[in-house]
Amino acid sequence: MKLFFQQVINGLNSGSIYALIAIGYTLVYGILKLINFAHGEIMMFGAYFSFIAAATMDMPFWFVIIFSMGLSAILGMLVEFVAYRPLRQAPRLSALITAIGVSMFLQNVSLMVFGADPKVMPRIFPNVVFNIFGIEISSITLITIGLSVFFMILLELFISHTKQGRAMRAVSENQDAAILMGINVNRTVSITFLIGSALGALGGILYSTAYTNIAPTMGTMPGLKAFVAAVLGGIGSVPGAMLGGFLIGMIENMSKAYISTTWADAIVFLILIIVLLFKPTGILGKDIKEKV
Amino acid sequence: MNSKTKKAYLLNAVAVFLVYIVFLTLIRFKVLSNYFGGVIILTCIMMIMALSLNIVAGFLGEMALGHAAFMAIGAYLSGFTSIAIMNAFPTAPALLVLIFSSLVGGVAAGIAGIAIGTPSLRLRGDYLGIVTIGFGEIVRIFFINFDPLGGAQGLKGIPRLTNLSYAYWITVLVVFLIFTLGVSKYGRAIMSIREDEIASEASGIPTTRVKVMAFTISSFFAGIGGSLYAHYQGYIDPDKFQFMFSIEMFVIVVLGGLGSLTGSILSAIVLTVLPELLRGFAQYRLLIYSLALVIMMIFRPQGMLGRTEFSLYHLIYVLTNKREPYKKGSIDGGKSS
Amino acid sequence: MSAILQAKDVTMRFGGLTAVENFNLSINSDELVGLIGPNGAGKTTIFNVLTGVYKPSEGEILLEDTLINGLMPHEVVALGMSRTFQNIRLFKDLTTIQNVEIAYNNDIHYQLPHALFRTKKYWEEEEKAYEECKKLLDIFDMGDYEMTKAKNLPYGQQRKLEIARALASKPKVLLLDEPAAGMNPKETSELMETIHFIRKKFNLAILLIEHDMKMVMGICERLIVLDYGKTIAAGTPEDIRKNPDVIRAYLGE
Repeated sequence: MKLFFQQVINGLNSGSIYALIAIGYTLVYGILKLINFAHGEIMMFGAYFSFIAAATMDMPFWFVIIFSMGLSAILGMLVEFVAYRPLRQAPRLSALITAIGVSMFLQNVSLMVFGADPKVMPRIFPNVVFNIFGIEISSITLITIGLSVFFMILLELFISHTKQGRAMRAVSENQDAAILMGINVNRTVSITFLIGSALGALGGILYSTAYTNIAPTMGTMPGLKAFVAAVLGGIGSVPGAMLGGFLIGMIENMSKAYISTTWADAIVFLILIIVLLFKPTGILGKDIKEKV
Repeated sequence: MNSKTKKAYLLNAVAVFLVYIVFLTLIRFKVLSNYFGGVIILTCIMMIMALSLNIVAGFLGEMALGHAAFMAIGAYLSGFTSIAIMNAFPTAPALLVLIFSSLVGGVAAGIAGIAIGTPSLRLRGDYLGIVTIGFGEIVRIFFINFDPLGGAQGLKGIPRLTNLSYAYWITVLVVFLIFTLGVSKYGRAIMSIREDEIASEASGIPTTRVKVMAFTISSFFAGIGGSLYAHYQGYIDPDKFQFMFSIEMFVIVVLGGLGSLTGSILSAIVLTVLPELLRGFAQYRLLIYSLALVIMMIFRPQGMLGRTEFSLYHLIYVLTNKREPYKKGSIDGGKSS
Repeated sequence: MSAILQAKDVTMRFGGLTAVENFNLSINSDELVGLIGPNGAGKTTIFNVLTGVYKPSEGEILLEDTLINGLMPHEVVALGMSRTFQNIRLFKDLTTIQNVEIAYNNDIHYQLPHALFRTKKYWEEEEKAYEECKKLLDIFDMGDYEMTKAKNLPYGQQRKLEIARALASKPKVLLLDEPAAGMNPKETSELMETIHFIRKKFNLAILLIEHDMKMVMGICERLIVLDYGKTIAAGTPEDIRKNPDVIRAYLGE
């Protein structure tokens, strides 16, 4: 039983990171119908930015976070502006290939700038281990979960209570109608990338504090799993991405603890496939049917 | 078969044979290094992979992002088979062993294609893409954990049976077979699903069966490609078959032009040979590659050849007669966009 | 004369919505029957139920005494019933002749190995298929367009190509969903002649959905009028014209 609760805590920990990254995928997909393959790389850059702020500038943790989220947001908007915007009217497949290209490009830029050797992330949060009824919870875990939930609530408030948030929802419902209603689509897309990238960067910071290593290829696997989380929850739906993120974190940790470490990833994918076969649009996704 | 078709066939056969002779001579007289011979073999393998993927991605119009998994299955099963044969009959003729084990690998990949395609082809577009990524990862993780086939260390000691000639002629055969598939009632049925699944069903095409068939044939040839790869390398590293490798193949197909077989061939050549030529700039190689990809998509999103096919017969006809002949055109027919 | 296509008390529900209620139909093998009704009356839903796109919630559909509800659309086609679509559904990026050849596929008798290795049988069968499909196109005066991509055809030709494609599967019953929609009066009258012609030539039963009352009255022997999923009248064009329920459905109270 102790092991189980320990795993729940671990699952919440990695789940909240996946959820943060998954939000970026889901926001962009909701608006552009594009799988933004470069999002994992934004997350990786977020980790490097925080490394720069923490290791070379020796800044306090709140500055590290703002610095990294801000730079990554700019990077995300830049990627959209340079690579995706010219392809807005092109076939979706071209945009997808472009996203793959951007992903490889960013990975190689980071390889050239930061080198292939993994960097060790300095400890930006205090690490104290609490022992509650025999379950060990580190302060890093608490901060991770706390920060993630804080930003998710912020995002929900933004989407449901601000004009720009409503514009985002409108564009994702029906882009043409949104234009007719006088919504500035370009700005809305930019803001979507800003938010998604900033949250992705936060995911990167938390991921690198949890695993302490930063490398140019670090974005690929968590990126893929966060994407799986977004799809599992229902891509295009923000609550879906959060739910999916926590689910993937749980499934992964439970399989590692109870089934096998090496098979954990396979189990994650298997569950995704099974869910999609029965509910093709994900858990919270809307069903779409083609009219004959 | 009318005389025009016959001439075109003959012409292509001659061209294919000439290219073979040229490469063989160049390598024989050391104009091209043995290393370059290896590059040609890898190009042949990537051609098989791209063409087979084009059946699903181009003809059927579905996003399949797990092609490396079928290549892996073909590689492992064929490698295992040829190791077993060579142990039992050390003097068995190389070509026969290669063909037999490639068929084993191909059939195994094809069966995996049926198993994966039957449930997942109900999904479309991005969702199918995601499911195929998932299957690809599951297959890879399976091989990493499956110790009888080498586990994480990979399968070693596979007889190195693939040489330039075998690779070349097997690729020629695969190209021929996939082309003939495209220009047949099966190819038309597959393409009709891409165009409009509901109309296809209403025209009497059993769409579910045709989709699974296309997926299976595609997987079969991917298995053949995997077999050539295994018997060229002599060992299999399961990490080779990560999902980025599937993406790489998909990129080759899209860059060549979805549905264009000659496009896939051209694109496989460019994308395999070019990085080798850029080896001197090793650290900038992928940077250039990824930049080229983005620029290409922005300025020519339909790929190099779009949906048209390059035809040697057509080219020579135009060069000699200086006018457009009557042309049954690309596999989709009609003029290019 | 026995009925070739029958629907007995067919009901189609989507969740709480009843799109079609107790629909009955019986068409003889050389009849031309019209299905009319205001927008949203359930006409296209009936086509979808008849051709296997939807499985009816209740009732039976018989094609030549074979129970066909629950079959897949392609199985219905194989048994001898094909259709066109209200919003044209052609294979847009394929050529005109390929569009027809695809529907002719079930009459091309070669197996995969023949195709892959280009045996004599492949060439013979492909040649035969091409000839037959060309003939079909010629009926619609579209032979010259055989190599044109369907998306590049003029609108009227696209409508005709859909009918040609539906005929390629050699149906006994043809369902036409607003074949004259968007056509000008001249094109419409030409189309009516063509429909008469193919009906005689292929000995077809035709069920036709149409908005254009003039066309329906002029061409159909029998009409069925739907409103809100219910059959409100059935009979000859003269009967229908005088039927007060029909007038009410079309013009309001």
